[in-house]
Amino acid sequence: MQKEAAIREPLILGHKTYHDITEDVCRPIEDKAPKMWYILFGIALIVGLYGVGCILYLLGTGVGVWGLNKTIGWAWDITNFVWWVGIGHAGTLISAVLLLFRQKWRMAINRSAEAMTIFAVFMAGLFPLIHMGRLWVGYWVLPIPNQFGSLWVNFNSPLLWDVFAISTYLSVSLVFWYIGLIPDFATIRDRAKKPVAKKMYTILSFGWSGRAKHWNRFEMVSLVLAGLATPLVFSVHSIVSFDFATSVIPGWHTTIFPPYFVAGAVFSGFAMVQTLLLIMRKAMSLEAYIHTKHVEYMNIVIMVTGSIVGTAYITELFISWYSGVEYEAYAFLNRATGPYWWAYFAMMTCNVISPQLMWFRKLRRSLLFTFFISIVVNIGMWFERYVIIMTSLHRDYLPSSWSMHYPSPIDIGVYIGTIGLFFTFFLLFARFFPVLALNEIKSILKGSGQSYKESPDYHKNH
Amino acid sequence: MANKVIYVMYDDDGVLKDGAKKLVSKGIKIADAFSPFPIHGIDPIIGVKNTRLGIMAFIYGLAGLTLATVGMRYFMIVDWPMNIGGKPNFTYLDNILSFVPISFEFTVLCAAHGMAITYLLRNKTLPGMPAQNPDPRTTDDKFVLEIRTAENSMDEKELDELIKDTGYIEIDKKNI
Repeated sequence: MQKEAAIREPLILGHKTYHDITEDVCRPIEDKAPKMWYILFGIALIVGLYGVGCILYLLGTGVGVWGLNKTIGWAWDITNFVWWVGIGHAGTLISAVLLLFRQKWRMAINRSAEAMTIFAVFMAGLFPLIHMGRLWVGYWVLPIPNQFGSLWVNFNSPLLWDVFAISTYLSVSLVFWYIGLIPDFATIRDRAKKPVAKKMYTILSFGWSGRAKHWNRFEMVSLVLAGLATPLVFSVHSIVSFDFATSVIPGWHTTIFPPYFVAGAVFSGFAMVQTLLLIMRKAMSLEAYIHTKHVEYMNIVIMVTGSIVGTAYITELFISWYSGVEYEAYAFLNRATGPYWWAYFAMMTCNVISPQLMWFRKLRRSLLFTFFISIVVNIGMWFERYVIIMTSLHRDYLPSSWSMHYPSPIDIGVYIGTIGLFFTFFLLFARFFPVLALNEIKSILKGSGQSYKESPDYHKNH
Repeated sequence: MANKVIYVMYDDDGVLKDGAKKLVSKGIKIADAFSPFPIHGIDPIIGVKNTRLGIMAFIYGLAGLTLATVGMRYFMIVDWPMNIGGKPNFTYLDNILSFVPISFEFTVLCAAHGMAITYLLRNKTLPGMPAQNPDPRTTDDKFVLEIRTAENSMDEKELDELIKDTGYIEIDKKNI
């Protein structure tokens, strides 16, 4: 058992026992779903299905249904892709990087953050696939022996790096998540009364035993997967940024992109975690496990990464002038003062100013304010990608090609649809899966639980 | 005398650990421990060796790196060298920078999945397997030590005597 400083706020509030933790996490799964869940699920499903409809229409008709034109050949699809991948960065960061740093507060949020990651990466992966127009030849991105020559995919291209990065990230995150879930499924399995539920959770829990050797392996696998996933998290968004940085378009061709994209990804990912968890802790009465201290820690991460992003914006502006390249300088001037100034303004306000408010202890410990900022940040991060992509493309070198982008209803439908699908998946997760990592929470109860910290013999053995 | 398995149940990980220490010091061989979460420090007491899965992950990673290197050299240098903006593509080394991202990703892919599959196979935990724990409460808040009479020189009575003062809450015996 690990002890920690007495002045550190306990991570588990109240007088919980091991059994209470099991009860608290399993009750929402075993009870009937509240009416609100059905309402939310219904809305999310309808929106999601509308998105699926738009995608089917797009596949049937062609990519021409998007509002693209001869100048702007990449618009909402890539914006949404980068936005979703960015959101998908918090989960693995929380579970892998914070595991290596032995941050115990991660244990209350890692399970649902990882679920969010996986669903967000699903949504992200959708965009490159549908933008091929012909989904059924999607396997052409893999180096498979073929009858064209044989013609291989181009391993020099960042777009192919993306294929490998995203698919590795998705599958490794999924495995990491599931390996942590197995012991918790076993807990639900052993409590289940209804035969169907018992059968389902037996299948899902893989016959988990909880014997000492298995836990020994479990901890090793978690540690090694965390070690592997840590550089993976950083590589994925770096590679996404290479899609732009390796091109020669003014505004994209910058070396600052990889670190700046990674910081932005963590920034938006944590914001999405806040949005979801602030609702979830209330709806599922998990206030004892996810409380103000957790929210504060996450807000500090948002503040730090937000500051990195802000610094990167300013650095970019300075370098565009300092480089002496007139096209580069113009691209940035046009961003701030051109026809897309409003998007630039939204991005600056949401991403640079709003996280700075977290310096105030009162604000970063306020749940309502956090919820508000988390939404603001995600709007801002969408605009960041929109600004980078749109403003760099819409003014070609040739002024006669200058153009604006107006999203078509299908553009909007697909985007809104992915949000619906994302929430559909997340609501299903919250309904049927253990939303807290039971086994991990139990292992910190004696070290970080309130009742244990307050007991007089807590520091006896020190 | 029939061989028996004795399951001794505790309701606290600390009590189980102290109990296990006491029993081991009396020369009892403990076959296994079941718990709802990893009990740190139990492995050396009951003689569970540290897993070698980490070494396997390294080997899988190395295999992935090799496969990626061999594959990309074949696709991009040997079989169909592509001229992209006049960039050199005569040897793998000339073009190695472009191959770094995928080499890394593929290494991680193979290490992670190889390790996860090995982990599941070694544990014999696969979809649909029946539960292996002796009591359903061991995944909630109870902790169980497993002692086999066949592995111990003492007879059942002596074992019972020694187990008695470890602070257990329940004891269960099964013939095997």
